[in-house]
Amino acid sequence: MKSLLASIALAGAAFALPHAASAQTYPERTITVVVPFAAGGPTDTVTRLVAESMSKDLGQQVIVENVGGAGGTLGAGRVAQADPDGYTLLLHHIGMSTSATLYRKLPYDTLNAFEYIGLVTDVPMTIVARKDLEPTDLKGLIEYAKANADTVTVANAGIGAASHLCGMMFMSAIETPLVTVPYKGTGPAMTDLLGGQVDIMCDQTTNTTKQIQGGTIKAYAVTSPARLDVLPDVPTAEEAGLPGFQVGIWHGLYAPKGTPAEITERLSKSLQVALKDPNVVARFAELGTAPSPEADATPAALKAKLEAEIARWKPVIEAAGQYAD
Amino acid sequence: MDLLGNLALGFATASTLANVGFCLIGVLLGTLIGVLPGIGATATIAMLLPITFQIGDPVSSLIMLAGIYYGAQYGGSTTAILINMPGESSSAVTAIDGYQMARNGRAGVALATAAIGSFVAGTIATVLIALFAPPLTTIALKFGSAEYCSLMVVGLVMSVALAHGSVVKAIAMVVLGLLLGLVGQDVISGASRLNFGLIQLGDQLNFVAIAVGLFGIAEILRNLEDERTREVLMARVTGLMPTREDFRRMAAPILRGTALGSALGILPGNGAVLAAFASYSIEKRVSDRPEEFGRGALAGVAGPESANNAGAQTSFIPMLTLGIPANPVMALMIGAMIIQGIVPGPNVAAENPALFWGLIASMWIGNLLLIILNLPLIGLWVKLLKVPYYVLFPIIMAFCSIGVYSVNSNVWDLYVVAFFGLLGYFLLKLRCEPAPLLLGFVLGPLLEENLRRAMILSRGDPTTFVTRPISAGLLLLAVAVLVVVFLPSVRRKREEVFVEEE
Repeated sequence: MKSLLASIALAGAAFALPHAASAQTYPERTITVVVPFAAGGPTDTVTRLVAESMSKDLGQQVIVENVGGAGGTLGAGRVAQADPDGYTLLLHHIGMSTSATLYRKLPYDTLNAFEYIGLVTDVPMTIVARKDLEPTDLKGLIEYAKANADTVTVANAGIGAASHLCGMMFMSAIETPLVTVPYKGTGPAMTDLLGGQVDIMCDQTTNTTKQIQGGTIKAYAVTSPARLDVLPDVPTAEEAGLPGFQVGIWHGLYAPKGTPAEITERLSKSLQVALKDPNVVARFAELGTAPSPEADATPAALKAKLEAEIARWKPVIEAAGQYAD
Repeated sequence: MDLLGNLALGFATASTLANVGFCLIGVLLGTLIGVLPGIGATATIAMLLPITFQIGDPVSSLIMLAGIYYGAQYGGSTTAILINMPGESSSAVTAIDGYQMARNGRAGVALATAAIGSFVAGTIATVLIALFAPPLTTIALKFGSAEYCSLMVVGLVMSVALAHGSVVKAIAMVVLGLLLGLVGQDVISGASRLNFGLIQLGDQLNFVAIAVGLFGIAEILRNLEDERTREVLMARVTGLMPTREDFRRMAAPILRGTALGSALGILPGNGAVLAAFASYSIEKRVSDRPEEFGRGALAGVAGPESANNAGAQTSFIPMLTLGIPANPVMALMIGAMIIQGIVPGPNVAAENPALFWGLIASMWIGNLLLIILNLPLIGLWVKLLKVPYYVLFPIIMAFCSIGVYSVNSNVWDLYVVAFFGLLGYFLLKLRCEPAPLLLGFVLGPLLEENLRRAMILSRGDPTTFVTRPISAGLLLLAVAVLVVVFLPSVRRKREEVFVEEE
């Protein structure tokens, strides 16, 4: 009996001292990456592909946990409060920067609640329309939209969604407010675009590539600096008449504030390995995106990106006057 | 014929030993999680997504995941019938009469009816998908916001028929459900409503948490009032299998439910749930014994069960033909395909015929496996009712909590269950029924969202609802239902029923 008690006490002591040797021996157990959106969506898919590859490099399972809700802020808030031991991470997209303005009462301080690991990918957007919309190119679309600003409808997947951000950016770029039609998620928005119920949408290639290839919707431009291999006939916004119009749904990997630098460095290295995994590269390509280059998959690059994007979106969101709380 | 060739390819793909094995694993897991209250197919498939990396073959992965989904629809009705605990959102309707049948000692018959109804519905829906997936997709695309809005009006009008007691109380429950549906973020403006400053209420209330609370927990509380009555009720179990007379009476409801479920399942959103509710209303309307509804009507189990299973099958259509998810489970399936290197889109049938037809063929195989698995299990399930209640109810509570928690990994959902459990008990005491409340909760947000979006699209012109033919047809149907409800003769009959209740 005494020895049993002693071993329980020992086990308790072992639990009480997890941080002491952790940085050297990290990782010793399963790592959880929180995705602040529902399973099955584009961000979830990106995370699962990267997590699978990082598992191999780290020698420990990296599992994905979906904590959806409130535009990604519930999941981010969860990680902000997690133990900074490197076993709870966050993979969030551009919404990390926009929710800093969209939500006036965030439960965490975006710039001070996280440590940075690195950028993962920058998914290009596409400006698409129902297949029978008259204009044949982006210049024509802009003229058409300006002439019919009262009737041209722009679909989006809800406040704070990638399509909502890109739609706002598009209207601000052409200096014409159009009729915004919000949906609950990309699925119903895309269904109505296919059915010709709405006119335009700007959404991630992860959602639009197959529809464009299948000819069920019309693509006017991609928002990346160069054309995409999967959509070689679609010009960039720059080429098609909207200079400077670049929007990407960038994804970053974060850890809670206070996670030791050795651990974030280790994770950053692992992320860089994963992003060169041929399987990850191939799957990303099918979705119309590419892994971030090694120089961007670093803590410094992600920190700079987040700061720049918060500053970039603040005026756009404030001008639109739409908040999520 | 091309179809035969395609089906042959499908069956050749689906009937390999490995694929039948994955199908079996899928439906077994699905049945299990369907039986556990709260844990839905969505949570399970999300947990199993990493396994599809190991399986490595997209067809096998999808066959397994699909099996989980429709297996869960089967399993969900088991707990709904036995302990009034809907394991799946769509089996909430089955609980109404299924549980009453169980209390009358006919649990076995109710379970068999659910299994047979689901099998027939699954078979017919599979054929429908094989034959008509592309044209059905075209119809689904014609459903814009105006059409959805009118469809929801039809659903709301029908909802009154769900109650078997006072109409006023039924309407009150529907309205309460509508109000609860308003909690969360307004889709159009993004404004927060009725959230009392709580970030947890920033999104919609969780349907499963509400259903588990209102039905299951409330029932447990009621049973705990008097331990002896329950044991007496459950001791006299008569006949496990349906009689010839039962078969005769379930045939028409199963076919009607299948038709309804197949049609509504194609539409994105809560198709299957709506189908089950609508089927129940219709069965009650056409029945020559409407007084039985709410007290153990066989048709009240057969119709909705068939409807939800048919809906579960046809909800694959938008994904297979367009690459668009009709519900969160389909979104997961698309995620699984992408992980395997297949990005679903409008050309998936042409680019991956083995996957497309193999999945369809596997659905039929899966349905066959399910009925073979489930019919012999009925005896076992019914024996479960003999477990002393003081042992059973803590287990039920524990599984409920695990299940509901696992959906969003959110403790808040457990508070919601507890709250709605108490509310449900309170409503039981007031003789108010939870089913109309749930329907209001499902329909309210859809009605509001589509009404407002239709108005945006028509630039504020309300005639859009009557100038669009499908929408106008649905509104006419709603008017017709209203006329029938308030027609003097029918009304008298209804009041008789009410008097009889007292």
